[in-house]
Amino acid sequence: MARSPFAIIAGLTLAALTLGPVAVVLIRAGGLSALAPGDWLALRFTVWQALLSAVLSVALAVPVARALVRQRFPGRAVLVTLMGAPFILPVIVAVMGLIAVFGRAGLVNDVLGGLGLPLVDIYGLHGVLLAHVFFNLPLAVRMLLTGWQAVPGERLRLATSLGLSRAALWRVIDGPVILRVAPGALVVIFVICLTSFAVALTLGGGPRATTVELAIYQAMRFDFDLGRAATLGLIQLALGLGAGILALKVTQTDGFGLGRDRALVRRDGAGWRRWTDGMWIALAGLFLLVPLGAVVLRGLQGLMLLRADTIVAAGHSVAVAGASTVLCMIWAVALANRRGELLALAAITVSPLVLGTGLFLMLRPFVNPFTMALPVTALVNALMGLPFALRIITPQAEALKTDYGRLRASLGLTGWAWLRLIWVPRLRRPLGFAAGLVAALAMGDLGVIALFADPDRATLPLQVYRLMGSYQMEAAAGAALLLLALSLGAFVMLDRGGRLAEA
Amino acid sequence: MLRLEELRIDMGGGTLDADLSFAPGRRVAVLGPSGAGKSTLLDVIAGFRTPISGRLAWGDRDLTQVPPQARPVSILFQDSNLFPHLDLARNLGLALRPDGRKPGAEEMPRIEGALARVGLEGLARRKPGTLSGGQQSRAALARVLLMARPVLLLDEPFAALGPGLKREMLTVVREVAETLGALTLMVTHDPNDARAFAQDVVLVTDGLVHPPVPVEPFFSVPSKAFREYLGELG
Repeated sequence: MARSPFAIIAGLTLAALTLGPVAVVLIRAGGLSALAPGDWLALRFTVWQALLSAVLSVALAVPVARALVRQRFPGRAVLVTLMGAPFILPVIVAVMGLIAVFGRAGLVNDVLGGLGLPLVDIYGLHGVLLAHVFFNLPLAVRMLLTGWQAVPGERLRLATSLGLSRAALWRVIDGPVILRVAPGALVVIFVICLTSFAVALTLGGGPRATTVELAIYQAMRFDFDLGRAATLGLIQLALGLGAGILALKVTQTDGFGLGRDRALVRRDGAGWRRWTDGMWIALAGLFLLVPLGAVVLRGLQGLMLLRADTIVAAGHSVAVAGASTVLCMIWAVALANRRGELLALAAITVSPLVLGTGLFLMLRPFVNPFTMALPVTALVNALMGLPFALRIITPQAEALKTDYGRLRASLGLTGWAWLRLIWVPRLRRPLGFAAGLVAALAMGDLGVIALFADPDRATLPLQVYRLMGSYQMEAAAGAALLLLALSLGAFVMLDRGGRLAEA
Repeated sequence: MLRLEELRIDMGGGTLDADLSFAPGRRVAVLGPSGAGKSTLLDVIAGFRTPISGRLAWGDRDLTQVPPQARPVSILFQDSNLFPHLDLARNLGLALRPDGRKPGAEEMPRIEGALARVGLEGLARRKPGTLSGGQQSRAALARVLLMARPVLLLDEPFAALGPGLKREMLTVVREVAETLGALTLMVTHDPNDARAFAQDVVLVTDGLVHPPVPVEPFFSVPSKAFREYLGELG
């Protein structure tokens, strides 16, 4: 649907909604002099933790991915699928799980304390790194798996028939795969961690572990220093643009690693390597599954403690997720082509907190911005979900155009008939998958809502955070379990909906 | 008369020149090696591509800038002629109602009639996936009947069918073309198809669309270009 009025309107709205807030931030920014000394520390911390997170995630992903490539075992497919799950896992839920395992009263410290060893502290830099690795290790593993699967089977059979040694195999196959995928993975994870807000909010904080996004939030919420928030927004914008340009240069098209899992027979995983590989797989599995298990176990006890305000917050979250999904899918329908995809990618170089700040400044002359918390959250989440939705829908939409575009033209089908009779029915599956992803992301998002919310307008992730903040850990665990169920439920429902309708 | 006047077509790397005309109602085979531009030529006539220069006309009407749906042309492709998730009635209905509404009481008899003409009585509610390859081709031809346009283009639509089935389909095409009195251009790389179906042959080689030659002399007194093409085949 290139250049239909619908697409043009959608593109212009997208541009206005991202550039508008940015322009307001630019106008409002009071010059760099308005920065507090702590803000420079925040900038340094942001870059440093993103760098460490990226390096750690990729370095740990290499042995895990290699083990998954060369070993076959029951449950392997499930584990590979689970590697995709953190993407739709609400950050606050994962943080709850990590605290249950690594926190002061967590499992790890129970063991260490029992052995008389020094306890670990989850708050600060290493907590932030832990959470970032938790989210991005699976992403890096999936990207590497995709890379390995791209190796033609013939080359592997050739290597076997030549009787290549392990060292030679490393040099001709595994080494090149890692060298090809790792730079892209590093950059993608670095970019993701640059805009880290919820993790820094819950596990960081203080002058030594504050990201720029978190500093924006603090400037707005605690100091109500709009000028400084705007200046910080400017810095975050520069970071995002720089990282976005870097990402475009380094990453290949399979950047998000939503790959298939094709069988690949390898014989180099025998002998003692079975044990080391097994160890890596077990460690990764435990690292990902134990925190989630802890959330479920504690949450089941906490469900009894859910009060009315948590239920109301859950209702808000469902409404926000629904509105975000509808809005995002309308955009996606209009912009599902290569140009639209670029536009959407450009739009997310603007971070949610910068957008939030800009929208706050835009709304302030007209309404009390706090009353707009939920609509603004829905809007920002729709924007943030759009590149992912387009990444899923566009390839198949383009294929549909290639297959049937000429038939459509020859019949003279109207745009509406094409959309209703052909486009939507043929793309049910990717549309359902994308809608599920966007709904889950929106449901679990703890970002711009924190900037705007007052006590009456919390979403469920924010409610979990507030319960944690007031040390009602049981109730927080119950609310986190509810949030997990809602996010997964929304994803499964929409994704299934697309698949069933196709059959 | 379909006239191609000094057409020059961009082939991505080279160009294709065409300066010839076709009389209404003729059956023409478009022969030539793969990559010579046979399908590209059909795309230009159907309006999916714009020539670099030159003019395309049907009678007195200049078609060069006319969009595909407004041309007096219907076309069958190699595949994807039917939408797989719509039944035959809906698929054929699109020819009558481009706004995509359900065919009404007025249209249904016409759709069923067209299906009967190509030997698909009573299959209006079937989806393409439940039909054989030959039946799918017949259904697409039934839609051509409904569109009732005076020029019919066939871009190797039966390439995937076996020889017996292909001959059968060529007979159906011939009936459809005669019913409509349509000028029919069929792309093929098989000289036997041309012999079985066409009255005239157009050869596309070396960046040039040669003018049509009646089938008999085309094969009995082969031109130098055609001999080269056959030599290529082995």
